[in-house]
Amino acid sequence: MLQIKLFITFFKIGLFSFGGGYAMLPLIQQEVVQNNQWITQATFSNLIGISQTTPGPIAINSATFIGFRTAGISGAFLATLGVITPSIIIISIFSTIISKLRGNTYLEAVMQILKLVAIGLIAAAALLLRTDVTNSYSSAIIFILVFFASFKLKVDPIILILLSGLAGFLFL
Amino acid sequence: MNQYLEMFLSFFKIGAFTIGGGYAMLPIIEKEVVDNKNWLSRDEFLEMLAISQSSPGPVSINISIFCGLKIKKAKGAFCTLLGCILPSFIVILLVAIVFSGIETHPITIKIFNGIRPAVVALIAVPIINLAKTSKVTLKNVWIPIITAFLVAFLNINPIYIISLAIIAGIILNQKIQKAKENATD
Repeated sequence: MLQIKLFITFFKIGLFSFGGGYAMLPLIQQEVVQNNQWITQATFSNLIGISQTTPGPIAINSATFIGFRTAGISGAFLATLGVITPSIIIISIFSTIISKLRGNTYLEAVMQILKLVAIGLIAAAALLLRTDVTNSYSSAIIFILVFFASFKLKVDPIILILLSGLAGFLFL
Repeated sequence: MNQYLEMFLSFFKIGAFTIGGGYAMLPIIEKEVVDNKNWLSRDEFLEMLAISQSSPGPVSINISIFCGLKIKKAKGAFCTLLGCILPSFIVILLVAIVFSGIETHPITIKIFNGIRPAVVALIAVPIINLAKTSKVTLKNVWIPIITAFLVAFLNINPIYIISLAIIAGIILNQKIQKAKENATD
């Protein structure tokens, strides 16, 4: 059943997400766009844009959105439940052994490598969306302007998304 | 006020007013549970935050569950978790309903043609900042590069790479610990 498949897929996404929202994008993209074809690549890109301007973690946003698009309200509910269930299980266990985790060398060694992997995954997320930048000159210009405004001028992402949407409306 | 309700409302407020990802929530959760409500000491919170960042899943979800458990056990965790995700669930549900109806409208397409390259730029910017804070050096820079290449160009599922990284971390640590033992013998 679709609802169960949504739960299992988003459980997997929750279980294998390390290093923050952007690092989990390639996994969501593979599972949702490529393997299950629940939404198109363009809708996936749009969804990330929407997530950057709405409350909450990107994982919850995408679970709710994709769940709804695939199987209505019950799909939204089960996908969201799926993505948070690994956290519920693991944090419940970790909270009982918190003193043993303190300064655990295994945890530290694994995290050190996972941090590096996460950087690669975020780079992969950007590379997977590269056609959104390379498809026209105006897209490339928006990319460069937003990159500069965010990196150098630290402009708020929400403002940059809104301005880019306005630019798209006026010029594209 | 009932403390369960108070916990729910605190996390609901945090969930509703932090836009653009979970990391924005962390300092606000800290301020609320440590300074405003005195539910946890700062040391307790910081230790829980460190573990939340090393656990799979969104950090803001992990820390919400952790705070709830610590303050009022399972029932508390239910309140904080529900509070944290409910605003985002409701907002995205409404957006999904509206957006699904207008996604193919020419104006929507124009707007999102402008937004999509901005999205890529906003994903790319933190890479540089993270590379600085995660101690990327010439010796280990191959790890992010190979990861990005395998995932973006060869379509390798990130699950395999993450599993491999966990195994590698365990083996590496075993070797380091053994070398330390030998050194002290």
